[in-house]
Amino acid sequence: MYQVGNLVRELSDKHGRVRESLMPILQGIVQKHNYLTDEAMVEVARELDISAAEVYGTASFYTFLETNVKGKYVIRVCKTITCSMKGKSDIIQTLEDILKIRVGETTTDRQFSLVETNCIGWCHKAPAILINEMPYTELTPEKVSAIIKDYMQK
Amino acid sequence: MENKELTKVDLIFEKIDNTEVLKKAFNMTQAGIIQDMLDSGLKGRGGAGFPTGLKWKYTAAENSPDKYVVCNADEGEPGTFKDREILDRVSNKVHGGMVIAGKAIGAKKGIVYLRGEYRYLLPKLMPELEAFHKLIKEIGFDFEIEYKMGSGAYICGEESALFESIEGRRGEPRNKPPYPTVSGVYGKPTSINNVETLVTAMMIINHGPQKFISYGTKDSRGSKVFSVSGDTPTPGIFELELGMTVLQFVDEFGDGDTKAVQVGGASGFCVPRKKFAETIIGFEGVPTGGSMKLFNSSRSMYNVLHNYLDFFAEESCGQCTPCRVGCQQLLKGVEKVKKGEAKSTYLNELTKLADTMKIAAKCGLGQSVGNAFKSIVGNFREEIIY
Amino acid sequence: MINLLINDKKVTVEEGTTVLAAAKTLNINIPTLCNHDDLCVAGNCRVCVVEQTGARTLIASCATPAAEGMDIHTNTLKVRNARKHIVELLLSEHRSDCTKCYKNQNCELQSLANEFAFGDHIFLSLIEDHAINIDRSSPSFSKDDSKCIRCQRCVRTCSELQQVSAISVANKGAHQKISSFHDRPMSHVVCTNCGQCVNRCPTGALVEKTYIDQVWDAIYDPDKHVVVQTAPAVRVALGEDLGYDPGERVTGKMVTALKQLGFNSVLDTDFSADLTIMEEGTELLTRLKKALVDGDTKVSLPMFTSCSPGWIKFIEHKFPEFLPNLSTCKSPQQMFGALAKTYYAKKRNIDPSKIVSVSIMPCTAKKFEADRPEMRSSGYKDVDYVLTTRELAVMIKQAGLDFKNLEESNYDSIMGESTGAAVIFGATGGVMEAALRTAYEIVTGREVPFGNLNIIPVRGMEGVKEATIKIEGCVEAWKFLEGAELKVAIAHGLVNANKIMKMTREGRAPYHFVEIMACPGGCIGGGGQPIPTNVEIRKNRMKAIYSEDAHMVLRKSHDNPEVKAIYEEFLESPNSHKSHELLHTHYVERDDY
Repeated sequence: MYQVGNLVRELSDKHGRVRESLMPILQGIVQKHNYLTDEAMVEVARELDISAAEVYGTASFYTFLETNVKGKYVIRVCKTITCSMKGKSDIIQTLEDILKIRVGETTTDRQFSLVETNCIGWCHKAPAILINEMPYTELTPEKVSAIIKDYMQK
Repeated sequence: MENKELTKVDLIFEKIDNTEVLKKAFNMTQAGIIQDMLDSGLKGRGGAGFPTGLKWKYTAAENSPDKYVVCNADEGEPGTFKDREILDRVSNKVHGGMVIAGKAIGAKKGIVYLRGEYRYLLPKLMPELEAFHKLIKEIGFDFEIEYKMGSGAYICGEESALFESIEGRRGEPRNKPPYPTVSGVYGKPTSINNVETLVTAMMIINHGPQKFISYGTKDSRGSKVFSVSGDTPTPGIFELELGMTVLQFVDEFGDGDTKAVQVGGASGFCVPRKKFAETIIGFEGVPTGGSMKLFNSSRSMYNVLHNYLDFFAEESCGQCTPCRVGCQQLLKGVEKVKKGEAKSTYLNELTKLADTMKIAAKCGLGQSVGNAFKSIVGNFREEIIY
Repeated sequence: MINLLINDKKVTVEEGTTVLAAAKTLNINIPTLCNHDDLCVAGNCRVCVVEQTGARTLIASCATPAAEGMDIHTNTLKVRNARKHIVELLLSEHRSDCTKCYKNQNCELQSLANEFAFGDHIFLSLIEDHAINIDRSSPSFSKDDSKCIRCQRCVRTCSELQQVSAISVANKGAHQKISSFHDRPMSHVVCTNCGQCVNRCPTGALVEKTYIDQVWDAIYDPDKHVVVQTAPAVRVALGEDLGYDPGERVTGKMVTALKQLGFNSVLDTDFSADLTIMEEGTELLTRLKKALVDGDTKVSLPMFTSCSPGWIKFIEHKFPEFLPNLSTCKSPQQMFGALAKTYYAKKRNIDPSKIVSVSIMPCTAKKFEADRPEMRSSGYKDVDYVLTTRELAVMIKQAGLDFKNLEESNYDSIMGESTGAAVIFGATGGVMEAALRTAYEIVTGREVPFGNLNIIPVRGMEGVKEATIKIEGCVEAWKFLEGAELKVAIAHGLVNANKIMKMTREGRAPYHFVEIMACPGGCIGGGGQPIPTNVEIRKNRMKAIYSEDAHMVLRKSHDNPEVKAIYEEFLESPNSHKSHELLHTHYVERDDY
C-alpha cells in the first residue's frame, strides 16, 4: 500500500492534480501493477479530491482499467467476428490448456490472466491477441504455445 | 447512378516532402485552407461523413482564444484497422494534418486520442512527434500536439464521448447541441477529425483540391483506405477510389464464394449477394469508415449477427434506455428465436425496436445498431430462424 | 427571444429554454423520467422524445434548447410508438413486483407504464440475468438494483446537491449499474444516509428502511408504554401525503392521529429542540469565554451545530480534523430519547425497560443516528424506532383514519411543550435564529434587536448565509463580550457544507458559530419527507414553519416552562454533569471513501 501511495503521488505530480489526469494516472498504475487495487483507487481519489466511487465508476467503464486481480501478463483474446471466424476458439483452448485456467481467471502464481476482448484492430491478421500492450497476430495453436512459453521463461 | 471502376490509388501512403507541404500551408490564409477543403468535397473518413471544410469553417467562426484540434484515433469499429496502419507508417502526415487544421480554425493545441489497444505504437510515435514539433517550430507554426490514451471502450470513438474520456470521465456521449465546433473538449470550440481525414487534408493541400475531385463520385469525392478482412485471399489495407459497386469489390477481393459483405463494420450494413451489383460503396450507397468484411457461404449469418449484438450489448455506454436495454433485447431476442423459444414473427417486433433505437437513442452508436440488425435479418431471415 | 411552434401552437420563450419547458408554458405535458427540477439535465431515459420536423431522429425535449423556427410535435404516432418501446424497455430491466413494493402507487415508472405499456409486454424480462441483489446494510435505506432503471437521479443528487458521490455509475453496456465504491455495502462507504437519493428515485430501487411493523407490534404489546416524538418539519409536510397541498400545517390533526394510532403518549421533539438551544447556546458562550477571557488557544472555533445526523456523518468521513469544532450536544431526537427513558420514566413512574421510544422524523439519517452505539445513555437504546414522515402517513392510512376530518388536539405532557424557536429548527437557519434569540438575551438581558424576533438575515434558501450581530449592553457576567461582533454562517445541503468546511480548512472562515443542515432547505427538505420534492415545495414548507412560529405564544427556548422545569427538577443547569451524561455525545473518525 505504501508503494502504491508513492506511485500515485508520483503520477499525480507528473500529470497534475486535476480531473483530466485521472485516466493517465489510472493507466500508469495499471502499467506498473497490472490492475487497480482498492487502495490505489482510494489514493487517487484523495490526490484528485474526487470521490472513490467516482474513480471506481470511471475505471470500471474502461475494459483495460481492471479493478479486480490480474496477473503480470494479461492475455486478451479478440473475440470479434473475424477472429471468431479464423480460429479464436482453438487459441482459447490452447491457452486454457497451457495456463490451466479458464477465460476470466488468473493463474495462482499471478503471472497470467486470460480474458476475451472486443476488436483490437488486427482483423486482416486474425486470430489476434494482446499480451499487455503487445499484439500477436495470425496465431495458430502452435504459435501461441511458443509465445506463452517464452513469457513463462521471462 | 454514377459508378467508378475499382481503382487502386496511392495518396495516403504516398512519399511526399512533409516540410514543403507544411511550408505551403503556413503561407496560405485561414480562409484559403478552408476553401480548399470545401472545394475538395472531403467528407470525414471515420464513418459519419461530415464535410471537413464545413467543420473547420464552423470552428474557425467561433470567437475563442482556446480552440482544439482533436485527432480521433480511437478506431474501434470491428473490421477497421487502417488508422493503426496510417499512424504506424505515416504519423507525420497525421500530425501535419492537425497543424493544418489548427491553422485553419485558429487553434494552437492538438490532441491525439489513441485507443488503448494501440499503445504499443507509442515508443515509435513519441520520437517521431518530437522531431515533428521541431520541424513545425522551424517553419513558424505555434502548435503543439499531445497524446491521450484510451483504455478499451468502443464508444469513445463517438466524438463527445471521446471528449469526456479526455477530461477524465466515463466515455458517455453528451447531449447535442451544443456541437463540438461550439463546445468540444474542455468546453472549447473543437474540430475533431479522423486520422485518415487529417492525412487526406494534408494531401489536398499538397496537390490542390482538383486532383482529389478527379477521384470518386459527386457524393463521394476522392479515394479512401479500406480495411479488408474476412473470407478473402488478400486481407489488408487498400486505398481505392470511391464509387465502385460491391460486386466490383467482391470480384477483386472475394474468394469466389462470397455471399455477403458487411460494409462499415458492426454499425454498418450487410449487403447480400443479390444486391452486390446495385450497391455503390460510398455516401450515395453504403457508407463506410473503411471496414469491409467478406463472408462466404460456409458462414452462418446468425453467428455474425450474434457476434455483433454481443459486441454492442457490451460496448454500449449504457446511459440511454434505447441502447442499453435495446441491445440486450435484440441479443436475447434472436437467441430465443434461434432456439425456437420465440416465434419467428418475434423478429418483426425486434425490427420495430431497431427502428426505435435508430430514432430515439442518444448517440450514433445506439442509432446505428439497427443497421446491421435490419440488414442481416432482412436479407438472411432464414438463417436467423433455422 | 426564441419563436417556435409546438403542436402547431406558436410560443415565444427566452433563449436557453428547453423544448420541454417551452411546451409546459402551453400546458402541453411531455412525460419525463430522468429529468428532475433539482438536478442537471441528463437526457438519458429518452421518455421525453418529441418529433422535430426535418430532423433525422427524435429529440429529447428535456435536453434540447428551443431554437428559432423549430416545429415540434409531441404526440405523433412515431413519438408514441417510441415512448411505448422505451417504457417497455425500462420495464424489462425492472423487477415489477408492484403489489409488494413500498413505492406502489407512488412510482413514476408505474405511472408511465399505466399510460404507455398496459397489456402484454413485448420484451423479454432481463431480470433473471442480473442476480437480484438488495443492499440492506444501511439502517436508513435499502438499494435494490433489480428495480433500478439507471436514470442516474441518485448519482446526480449525491454529487450535485451533496457533493458526496457515495454512489457513481459503474461499468458499461449491459453491466452498467449504480454502485458504491467497488460495490461495497452502503453502510461501509461515505454515504451520509441523508436520503436525498431516496427522495428522488422514481422507482422502488432506493427506499427508506421501514420499521412500521415493529412500531405496530409495540403499540399492541400491552406490556409496553410507547412514546412518540414528532420533529418540527413533519407537521408542515405530512399533509402532502394525505391530500393537502405543500405548505399546509397539520400539527393538531397529526397529534390526534398519533393518539388514535394508539401511542401512549404523543410528545414533541420541539421540547428537546428548546433544550438543545439551552445546552448549545451555553456551550457556545463557554467556548467564547474560554477563547476571549481565559486566552485558551485550544478552544475549537467556529463551533458547528450537531442536530443533523447526515451532516455529522459527513464531517466524520470528510473533515474529521474538525470534530472538536462540533457542538457536543446530541440532536433533539437523541436528547429526547435519553430523557424519555430517564426523566420521563421517573416522573411518570414507568419502568424504562417497558418504554418503547419512537420518533417521527423528516429524515432517513435519524434511523442511523438512533442506532449509533453512543446513543444509549439511558442504559437502553434511547430511541427504539425512527419513522419518516412518509411512514407515518402510511400508518395513518393503514389505520383507516379520515385525516382531513380529524379534530385537532394538543401534545401530551410532560415533554410536549414547545416554543416558536424550536419549531423553526425545521428550516435552514432556524437553529441559528433560535440560538441567537436565547444567547443574545442571556448576554444582554434584552431581546434580539430584530422586529418580532424575526432574524431575517439567517432565513431563506441561499446556500450559504452569513450574518454579524453586534453585542452591546452586556450584563455583568458577560461583560467580556461587550462590543464584540458575533459572526455566524448557515449552510444547507452538503455541497454548501463542503464550501464552509473548505474555507475552514484554509483558515478563511471568520465565524464563531455555524449552523449546518445536510439537506436542501434544512429538515423541511429532509430525506424522509413526502415525495416529490422541488424548490417550490420546499419553499412552501418553509413558509409554513415560520407561520407556525409566528402563531406560537412562546417564541424563545428559554421561555419553555417544561425546559425550565427539567433544569430545576432534574438537570440542574445547562452543561451540568447530568446534562453531559445524557445530552451530550462524542464523534468518531470514519474512512473517507
